[in-house]
Formats: sequence, structure tokens, C-alpha cells
Amino acid sequence: MKFKPLEILTHIILILGVLLMVLPIWFSFATSTHDNVSIMTEGMKFFLGESFSQNYNEVLNEKGGWSEEVTATRMFINSFIMALGIATLKVVISAMSAYALVYFRFKLAVPIFWLIFITLLVPLEVRIFPSYKIVSDLGLTNTYTGLILPLVASATATFFFRQFYKTIPDELLESAKLDGANSWRFFIDFLLPLSKTMLAAMFIFMFVYGYSQYLWPLIMTTDEKYWTVVMGMKIIFTENYEGVALPRTGERFAYIILSMLPPVLVVVILQRWFIKGLIQTEK
Amino acid sequence: MSFLELQNITKIYPNGTKAVNETSLNIENGEFVVFVGPSGCGKSTLLRMIAGLEDITNGEISLDGNVINNIDPSERDVAMVFQNYALYPHMSVFNNMAYGLKNRGISKEEINNKVNDVAKLLEIDQLLTRKPSMLSGGQRQRVAMGRAIVRNPKIFLFDEPLSNLDAKLRNQMRLEIKRLQRQMGVTSIFVTHDQTEAMTLGDRIVVINNGVVEQVGTPKEIYSKPNTKFVAEFIGSPQMNLFNCKIENGIAHIADIKINLNNSKNIEDASLGIRPDDILISDNGQHTCVANLVEYLGSDMIIYSKIGDQEFSCKLSSKIDLNAGDTFKFDISSTLVHLFDNTTGLRV
Repeated sequence: MKFKPLEILTHIILILGVLLMVLPIWFSFATSTHDNVSIMTEGMKFFLGESFSQNYNEVLNEKGGWSEEVTATRMFINSFIMALGIATLKVVISAMSAYALVYFRFKLAVPIFWLIFITLLVPLEVRIFPSYKIVSDLGLTNTYTGLILPLVASATATFFFRQFYKTIPDELLESAKLDGANSWRFFIDFLLPLSKTMLAAMFIFMFVYGYSQYLWPLIMTTDEKYWTVVMGMKIIFTENYEGVALPRTGERFAYIILSMLPPVLVVVILQRWFIKGLIQTEK
Repeated sequence: MSFLELQNITKIYPNGTKAVNETSLNIENGEFVVFVGPSGCGKSTLLRMIAGLEDITNGEISLDGNVINNIDPSERDVAMVFQNYALYPHMSVFNNMAYGLKNRGISKEEINNKVNDVAKLLEIDQLLTRKPSMLSGGQRQRVAMGRAIVRNPKIFLFDEPLSNLDAKLRNQMRLEIKRLQRQMGVTSIFVTHDQTEAMTLGDRIVVINNGVVEQVGTPKEIYSKPNTKFVAEFIGSPQMNLFNCKIENGIAHIADIKINLNNSKNIEDASLGIRPDDILISDNGQHTCVANLVEYLGSDMIIYSKIGDQEFSCKLSSKIDLNAGDTFKFDISSTLVHLFDNTTGLRV
């Protein structure tokens, strides 16, 4: 096969792009397999070292924090629960509210939609004190409910679902009506299966969003049992930093690599579904 | 009492448009009725009101003795075939057909039997596991029909179901619909803007214009005796020639041509209609014209000409040797003309 000059150029640009994305991750991974002495003396590593199992074992099982009770595994579980809860509820709630906005033609549907849309301008960081007040008044600090609940409404997802539902031809609804489908059945039997790819895409976005929350869990949790991965990144393995001991760079890189895994897995697993839906254009 | 009765049905949309105006109609059990009219005339709205997909502003619809105005579409026992078929894209052909039955709580075994029977009838039994996206236009059409048939409804409603097919397939499906309707004897209403479809399919035709029923009758009645000028123009291909004329003592004056109508009518502003194939062309005809354009159609040809400044067309056998620019002689027989009063649009 012959390449034209332009094709070679585009490939070079693409390869550079890939390297730019992959190299930092590879450096982090390679470094995470070395012991702290060699990292301290020689800096970042390109080749794999021999401390893989030791570093990763320490990360997962060493009890840390002020109370010396919480392990990184616990944080991974917390983050996973939080992200899963946020993503699931966000997708379910916004799909349902978009359904109401598009198919139930009540008078205030349009103003309500724009009201929801405007909330995009008020992210959690802006309303963090009122949100905290409400959650703490409800006695939900240091609970999973408290971590998840204030983040489950999503204007973005509602907007995307609304746009998608609007592309579904009216005849489909009418035909379903004649076939005896009520509102609930139409949602379950038609809209959800038809928006499968949309659901997958939204779930990916929202999972990553929930997983990478930092400020909210930081304020919400005083109990280390509810710490999340992103919070932990700043706190864990730093306790000896001021002392004479070496900084635990190897373990910290191992922790970073591990913290990337859950979102990557979610993307990889759902992506197949996502692409499958993109190829089969059926509507 | 008729099977389906429409009494003074009116539909006014929220924006004030009057789509259907005071329409009354009786349809008998087993009849095949076609609603025909130009687009936007309200024929689809009328059909959708029967289906229950549109609210009825005024009037009453009763089916099989029961008023169905406020009955939910799913409980009216009607099935509809949509213009773009509205197949469920995420369901297999089998599930498309079974969905309505499932919602009615029919047992799995019975659903299986019914779907398989109908699939055989429509020759789509090989396609049951496929998704609609893997079907051709004609196959989708069959599935859409199958979905309606399998429910065994009181009425079939067809909303321009053939307009998305190519010409050849359309003719084929038209015959098939007619055959199936005869075979099953289910009352059917078919909406179309295509007068050929209307003529070939319907036991009775309802011609609708601007939300008003212009004429109801068998294809033959409508073709041979159109009640209004609109019906005369709309039904028949090529279109009926309509000449504006003045009638004095039973003689119509079209430009310099006089046609004796053998009556004693006097109308100031009239339309004289004659079908293109009713114009008699012969060498000893009374009137002479120049053929401006000749359209060759195989067995027939159409000649376009003018009387004064009014265009008209004649259809005749292409065996006659006539070319553009030639003159020809013709007669207009008083027994073949249709007369309409231009002020009322009605037949006189």
C-alpha cells in the first residue's frame, strides 16, 4: 500500500497525539513499579521496575489517614458507590424529566425546561454552603445518601434526552397508543430501548463526573470511612513527608494509576455498546 | 344504524384552523371507503379522529352502536397503518406484530399462532426475526399491515400507506390491500391524495376539500357524475377540461365556438367540463383547432390545444397520425359534457 504525503503527515500528527496522551500515563505506571530510593535519586522512570507487587499491595492494604484506620480499598469502594449512584440517578431522573417535558404538553413545560437549563449556570461549587446546610440539617453528613443526593439532578442530561426524544417520530407514539401502550409502557418499551446509546453515553459522562468530585465529599465527610479516592490523593501517603523518611513517590504513583482504573473500565465496557448503537442506524 | 357513523364532525385546532367542518358520513360493515382530497384538506384529520388520535371539537362518532368520542384509542378496537409505517425500530418483526396482543393480555401460545398465521398470509413468515431496518420498503409495508391485521380490529385505517413506495410496488400493494380486504371483510378506511388509488380501491369514495365533503359515491358515480366543479377537476387523469363559458338558451359560447347543449339553460358564468377522452376527434368534426403539443404515452397520446385563450387536452389512440402543429377537427357531444355554475361551484 502506498501512502500519499498528506496521509503520512496526518498519521504523524495522530501518532504524536497518541504519544502525548499515553506517555504521561506510562511514565506514572513505570515509576509506580520502582522503590522510593531509586525514584528519589534517579527521577521518573521509563522502564518497569521490580517493586510492583510491594507498592500496589501497600496502597491497597495499608491503613492510613489520621485515625490510621482507612485503607485505599475503602476509598475506592466509596468512590465507586458515589459515582455509580450519581450516574444511575442522574440518567434515570433526567430521562424521566425529559419524557415529561416532551410528551406531556402541560402549559409550563417550556418555562420549566428553561428553568432547568438555567441551573447549568449554578454548579455545585456556587451553591455549596446552602447545599451543605440542607444536607446537614437532614442529618445526612457522613452518609452515602448525602454524598449522592445533591448531585443527582442534571440539566445537561435532561437537555440531551429532550433533544433526542424530539427526534422520535410522533407516529411511533400514536402507533403505540393504538397498540394499547400507556405512558409508562411507552417509556419502558420504546423510549428506553431506543435511547440505549444515549443512556450509555450519559452514564459514562456522569460516572466520570461523579468519580472526580472533590470539593463536595471534602466538605461532606468528616468520618474517614466515607473518604473518596480523589480526596485521598491529597491526603494519603503524605504523613511521613515532613519527617526524615523518603517521600513515598512509588506508592503515590501506584495510587494514581489505580484511581484511573474504574472510570477507564466504565468507558471501555460501555463503549462497545455505545459504538454498536452508532453503527446500527435504526430509527 | 350504520356500522360507523360520523355526525356533524368538526375539528378546530387550538390555533383556530378549521380542519374539518360539519362532516356527516355513514359507513357500513365490510365496506372499503376511500377518503380522497388534496393535501391539507382534512382527510387525515378525519381519519385520526376516528382512530382517537385527535380530539373531536364537535359532533359524535359511533362505532358498532357505541359512541366512541371519549374512548381511549387502544379501546376503540381500530388498527391503523401509517404513512411511514411507524414500525417499532428496536423490535423484531415478530414483536412488532405481537406487541399490541401482549398489551391485551393474550396468552403466549395464542400470540404465536396468530402472528404466524398472519405472517403466512402476508408472506413475511421468513422475516419474523429481523428488525425493521433490515427490511425493504415493500416488506415494511407488509409488516405494518400484519401488525394491523393480527389484532383483528373492527376497522382498518390506512393513512396514505402507499405513498412511500415506488410506482411498481405501489400498484402491487394496492391490489394486495384490496384482495386482503375482500378476503377478511373488515371495514376499512383508506386515506389518499391519489385519485387513481381512490378509484381502484374504494367501494365508495369520499371526496373532501377544505374540510368539507364534496361528494360521496361509488367510483363510477363520482367519475361519471361529479357533483361539484372541484370533484370534476380532482377525479380523472388526465384532468377534465373545464371551459369558462356563457350559456344562452342552451348554447354554450366558448370564444368563437358554439356548443348546442340541447336544453334551454341561461347561465352568465358557467364552466363546461368534458373529459379529455370524451372529445370526439374525426375528420368531419364541427370545430377545428391546432395541436400545440403532443404527448406520446404508448397506446394513447395526449394533445394539448387551445380554444380562444383556454387550454384543453384530448386523449386519443396513438394510432392516429397527428403531430404538433397539425390542425384537427373535433366534436363535443352534449351528452358527455358536465355543466357547473361558477358562482356556486355546483353541477347544473
